[in-house]
Amino acid sequence: MTLALILIACVMLGSAAVAVTLRNLIHSALLLVFTWASIGAFYLWAGAQFIAFAQILIYVGAVSMIVLFAMLLTRQGQGTELPIGSASIMRALSALLAGGGVAGVLIGAILGSPLDVATSAPAAISVKQLGEQLMGPHAAALLVVGIILTVALIGAVLLAAVDPKEQPEDIT
Amino acid sequence: MLGTGIIKGLATTAKNFVGSFHDPERMTTVEYPEQQIPLGEHYRNFPFLVSETAEDPMGTLRCVACQICEKECPPQCIYIVKSKDKKPDATGKQQLYPVIFDIDTSVCMSCGICAEVCPFDSIKMDKVFEIATTNRYTGLLLDREQLAKSNAYYNEIRPAEAAEVDGRLAVAREAAEQKAKAAAAAKAAAAPATPSPASAPSASAPQPSPAAS
Amino acid sequence: MSAVVASESFLERAPLQLRDAVVAYFPEALQWLVHHLITITVILTVFGLFFAFTTIAERKLLGRLQNRLGPNRTGLPFFKNLRLFGLTQPFADAVKALTKEDIVPANADKLLHFLAPVVVVSFSLLGFAVLPYGRNLIPVELDAAVLYFFAAGAATELAIFMAGWASRNKYSLLAAMRALAQLISYELPLLLSVVPVIIVTSTLSTQDIVLAQGGWLFGFLPQWHVFTPWGLAGFLIFLVAALAETNRSPFDLPEAESELIAGHLTEYSGFKYALFFMAEYFGLTALCGLGITLFLGGWQAPFPFLEFIPSYLWFGMKLVAMIMFFIWLRGTLLRLRIDQLTRLAWQFMVPLALINLGNAGFWILTTDWSGPMQILRWGVSIALIVVPFFFIGRRLSLGRGPRTYSYATS
Repeated sequence: MTLALILIACVMLGSAAVAVTLRNLIHSALLLVFTWASIGAFYLWAGAQFIAFAQILIYVGAVSMIVLFAMLLTRQGQGTELPIGSASIMRALSALLAGGGVAGVLIGAILGSPLDVATSAPAAISVKQLGEQLMGPHAAALLVVGIILTVALIGAVLLAAVDPKEQPEDIT
Repeated sequence: MLGTGIIKGLATTAKNFVGSFHDPERMTTVEYPEQQIPLGEHYRNFPFLVSETAEDPMGTLRCVACQICEKECPPQCIYIVKSKDKKPDATGKQQLYPVIFDIDTSVCMSCGICAEVCPFDSIKMDKVFEIATTNRYTGLLLDREQLAKSNAYYNEIRPAEAAEVDGRLAVAREAAEQKAKAAAAAKAAAAPATPSPASAPSASAPQPSPAAS
Repeated sequence: MSAVVASESFLERAPLQLRDAVVAYFPEALQWLVHHLITITVILTVFGLFFAFTTIAERKLLGRLQNRLGPNRTGLPFFKNLRLFGLTQPFADAVKALTKEDIVPANADKLLHFLAPVVVVSFSLLGFAVLPYGRNLIPVELDAAVLYFFAAGAATELAIFMAGWASRNKYSLLAAMRALAQLISYELPLLLSVVPVIIVTSTLSTQDIVLAQGGWLFGFLPQWHVFTPWGLAGFLIFLVAALAETNRSPFDLPEAESELIAGHLTEYSGFKYALFFMAEYFGLTALCGLGITLFLGGWQAPFPFLEFIPSYLWFGMKLVAMIMFFIWLRGTLLRLRIDQLTRLAWQFMVPLALINLGNAGFWILTTDWSGPMQILRWGVSIALIVVPFFFIGRRLSLGRGPRTYSYATS
């Protein structure tokens, strides 16, 4: 089991690292998708089937599409290779700052919270249990999330429903 | 209402589906090698050389090697070598004949201009389209033996046009015979005076075909 | 696999007993492996053959729908006069695809160009793992099977993007863009059309969903979800979204041959092309299987007196019927434009799917209504479908036809 975890972690971190260092944007994006999928594998390892499938469905299936779509729509010029100019040092510094800040907060949070170290593998939680937990003690949070998402969806539908002034159809 | 068009369309294709099993009239295709749709009257595909008889195609070719078709051919796929000697043509006149008459059908575009310009009705458009061969150099370069087809065949594939050509040639042949007779009579009347009656004037040459268009 | 009930007919148990008999030949330590390998082999063989015969059925059916005969010549080698109605055509096609030269464009992204067909086939096969083919036939019983199914299918559009981008061909890239736009638009209605089923059956397990559709109304009417108002609406939305998800006509924009040559397939040849083709049909078959499981009662027989036919045959028959229907649609409908496609998704399908979600909620809340209230329940539920359909549909087609053409009379 531990071997599998090490393997998954290596694949996950390795692909993430390569994704950051690659010059080819599309390759980076696809490797990022691969990293997300391996995070799903990690969830599977941890026995969280539902979260794992949701992770793959949402990240590999949907978020990746948005990333790639944005990339195709914003890519400038012919080359896919990114140039390294003088401005990139500033960018690297700010990225380091932002990344370091996030990492600091996360590490602080992890170190600050009491961790139960599981000595034996926990029993896999069934979807039914998960649902009962969500609908019971965490119903309020679920409702809020549900309302936010529904409002977002209805907003999207309304945005799509209002057509800008239509050109007359070209075939008469 | 939205969706009615889809249902109508589905009904139409469903009708096609059911009809295709019991109504042969509906079918837009035939099973080709076994069944063939009759070719149209004016269908044309690659030229052939008309000969008077099927038994001796080389001896009775109508072609007189005038090379008009060779010059007119847009893709330049005809190659002709004239003969040195002469022999009588369709109307009995002494004419040259082609020693070599090649058509490269890999180049030919079946435009029919050769048949249109031929003043001797000797090159006509064929209706053969199954011409697949295993060698595109020797298989598609046709020589005069391969090109020659009898007048009977011409009558078979294009009855109306062939009848018209035959009628015209018969008139020309008769005129030539009349002329020869008249010349023979004149020769008999004034035997020592004129030495050569054979150099007939151009009246005996067949008229350029107006039906070729 | 679920436990075998002793009272079931021999045919119902035959596949399992055959498998167990084969497994018993192997040593104890290897049995689990053999068990799974047999399952995988059977799925690959059955659906591989199903794919092969779907292609010939599609060609023949499309022919008939267009008043043609379709392919009917391919027979067997060495038997010249034996035609077999052309049923061996797929094998001839396979030989042709295998022996064709594999061409990779000089400028292509070689790695992605190679990976794309591999990814698309492997992911399109994953969905078969959780479909219940019969009363006892389900390869993997998962708690979150429906979620797994959609997660497994999520990467196929990614593969189309990879193929389109790696080809370095403008047609391919356009196809990739279209595939992405299509996926973003139709993933939502597809999932939203499935959610009512999950709400009503309160399970994500495919086998449990099928079992929930068992039993007979008045002793002879099947209680499939498609025979409820919300189920019918959900099924129709599912059908349309499934067509779009699998890039089938009339939503085959990514490979619109009249505009984009072959879209993302332009630079593929030989076996790689065949792999894409295969993946497309696998995806279609899997989605049809899911549609049957969720809405058409899975392996349940339509009438009590037909229950003697084994359940897996019922699943097969329903699958064939669904595929036939998709072929029929392909032979009938015209391809949409990309703007029409996204408009249909966002202005029509998503709102209807959302309303249908509420409808399913209403259906659950009123399960204890009886007598005349039952009629009211059906009436309200039907009205919740028909009224929005009518109004949204009218708004969608407002000012868009029927068109009149100056050069043609109707």
